[in-house]
Amino acid sequence: MDIFIQQLINGLVVGSIYALIALGYTMVYGILQLINFAHGEIVMMGAMITISAISVLSATGIGLPGPVLVVGGLLIAMPITMLIGFIIERIAYRPLRNAPRLAPLITAIGISIVLQQVAVLVWKNNPRSFPDLLPHEGHNFFGAVITDLQIVIVALALLIMVGLLVMVEKTKLGRAMRAVSMNQAVAGLMGVNINYVISMTFVIGSGLGAIAGVMVGANYGLAYPTMGFMIGLKAFTAAVLGGIGNLGGAVAGGILLGIIESVGAGYLGPLTGGVLGSHYQDIFAFMVLILVLVFRPSGLLGERVAERA
Amino acid sequence: MTLARYSLIASAVVALTACGNKEETPAAETAAPVSATAPGDVVIKIGHAAPLTGNIAHLGKDNENGVRLAIDELNTENVEIGGKKVKFEMVSEDDQADPKTATTVAQRFVDAKVAGVIGHLNSGTTIPASKIYSDAGIPQISPSATNAAYTQQGFKTAFRVIANDIAQGGALGEFAATTLKAKKVAIIDDRTAYGQGLADEFEKAAKAKGVTVVGREFTTNQATDFMAILTTIKGKKPDIIFYGGMDAQAGPLTQQLKKLGVSAKVIGGDGFQTGEYIKLAGDNAEGQYASQPGMPKDKMPGFGAFNEKYKAKFNTDIQIYAPFTYDATRVMVAAMKKAGSSDPAKYLPEMAKTDYAGVTGPIKFDAKGDILGGNVTVYQVKNGVWEAVATVGGAALAPAAAPAPAPADAAAPAPAEAPK
Repeated sequence: MDIFIQQLINGLVVGSIYALIALGYTMVYGILQLINFAHGEIVMMGAMITISAISVLSATGIGLPGPVLVVGGLLIAMPITMLIGFIIERIAYRPLRNAPRLAPLITAIGISIVLQQVAVLVWKNNPRSFPDLLPHEGHNFFGAVITDLQIVIVALALLIMVGLLVMVEKTKLGRAMRAVSMNQAVAGLMGVNINYVISMTFVIGSGLGAIAGVMVGANYGLAYPTMGFMIGLKAFTAAVLGGIGNLGGAVAGGILLGIIESVGAGYLGPLTGGVLGSHYQDIFAFMVLILVLVFRPSGLLGERVAERA
Repeated sequence: MTLARYSLIASAVVALTACGNKEETPAAETAAPVSATAPGDVVIKIGHAAPLTGNIAHLGKDNENGVRLAIDELNTENVEIGGKKVKFEMVSEDDQADPKTATTVAQRFVDAKVAGVIGHLNSGTTIPASKIYSDAGIPQISPSATNAAYTQQGFKTAFRVIANDIAQGGALGEFAATTLKAKKVAIIDDRTAYGQGLADEFEKAAKAKGVTVVGREFTTNQATDFMAILTTIKGKKPDIIFYGGMDAQAGPLTQQLKKLGVSAKVIGGDGFQTGEYIKLAGDNAEGQYASQPGMPKDKMPGFGAFNEKYKAKFNTDIQIYAPFTYDATRVMVAAMKKAGSSDPAKYLPEMAKTDYAGVTGPIKFDAKGDILGGNVTVYQVKNGVWEAVATVGGAALAPAAAPAPAPADAAAPAPAEAPK
């Protein structure tokens, strides 16, 4: 039983990270009906820049405590990824806004490859270890262990998601985002600055991506230039699972996918009598994707199409 | 959005992005001639293959540096083969640690008519490539492929200068049972030829010593998340966790063990006996074990001088196999000198008869092409560096390295084990 609880906890931690990344996909999709496949690379950039920033900060010799260093690194990385997100939208998507749907999708893939290769040039191809600065004291929880870091990851992810929902529902920018997602032309006629709203969507999504990147790095202890690909695909799956374009759906989808993966990988071997070992962990995400597309293409919470933002 | 469009997009993206991953810059890394050659000299091309991109590129680069160092030295030594002055040229290719790419690289070497090949780095690439070299009659020396199958295919062209996994897995199983007194072990491997082969040999040796294998889990050589399998293993309460694979996985795996509150020690093979592992595993690296075929570096006859030359030339630390690629290159050229020809058919018989005093120790091959008397050293991370704890196998049973007096029982109970 304690093993099952442990798998649930593992799944919850990974799932919260997926959810945070999935929000980036779903926000952009809600407004532009575009799947921004470069988002996984934004996550990677967030992690890599944070690692570099931390090493710069700790080289100053002030002797800051570990968590301050990580937050400081993240605060440096976030504006940079936000700027990258802004530039991507400006140069790769805006000129194609009225082009057929496939065109921006292809530039998205192109941008993703470009970012990956830039990261290889800057940071080399080796995996970088994420500095071990955060407390990971374990707490016993019904026989399972949850560390401080994992509690922070889940709590912070939930906090950000709630914050984002409040922003979309209550603020002026949020109202503008909802308006643009419903009908761009009409929103424009009503005096909403469409370009500004879309840029802000990318900026916010990229900021969330940087936070998620740091969570991934801190949770697994390493980051590398190609890490964005798989995590991006899984978060995309989470977004589709929840109903792409729906913020609450992205959160639910992310957490659900994390738990499915974690529990699935833990019990796959015994369930299939050893035919499929635990190294088939990644198939769960894509099995889920296929099942959702076949049986419920709009996703779990995909009905409220008009409310997407 | 309709179903069809979704699946189209998803598959297109997977395919395209996968291409993007795979086809990164092999051209840039290809065919870097080592030195300018004066006109009139005979140029002998020696192929080198290792992953120069991807998550173990640091190891591949290290292998390449070993060959480069040997070749640069040979070029200043005015080597004469068959009475003619010759120059050597390294043709280095990136096999991406991918079996399919490795066979393409091997075919490229055959087409380029290289005189011999140093490589590949991984067992999973070395084995499929060895068939192509064998068909073309090109001698191949792997500095680091330890999977036993490599030399058991009956190829006359396949050699290696490192003890194989039967010796390594056996030594590790022995060490776990007698020195660490493990009763229950859990085994994880990355499903590559190397990881799986080593884990199987470890399992055999450990079982033979009466150790219970409580769990066998698998991962891949791309994975970073091991929480699920480690949680399963945690429930089985092993004394020791064996990992068959490379440092890019062993590092985070070790770190994640601590997050789960598992205190079992990690033990494994040469794939993660690297500085990179210590960095990636963070503070949980301390006290973990990994083996390395061959003697401890400070017991290698020529390591001190080699290390100095290497550092002076490349301004970086040796990862693992550079001394082995250096020796392999030297062994190949020595055979050419003896045969008076760089024609593979002519110098191959001389290679089989090699008796060479290398940086890593004496090199002789058995009938299969395995190194004779190859031994295995077990290391432990102490104060953030790998320190030799015991040397097992081979002819001599060397006690621990001088600077770190090991517990007396570390070396004593392990019987000499000749690689089969």
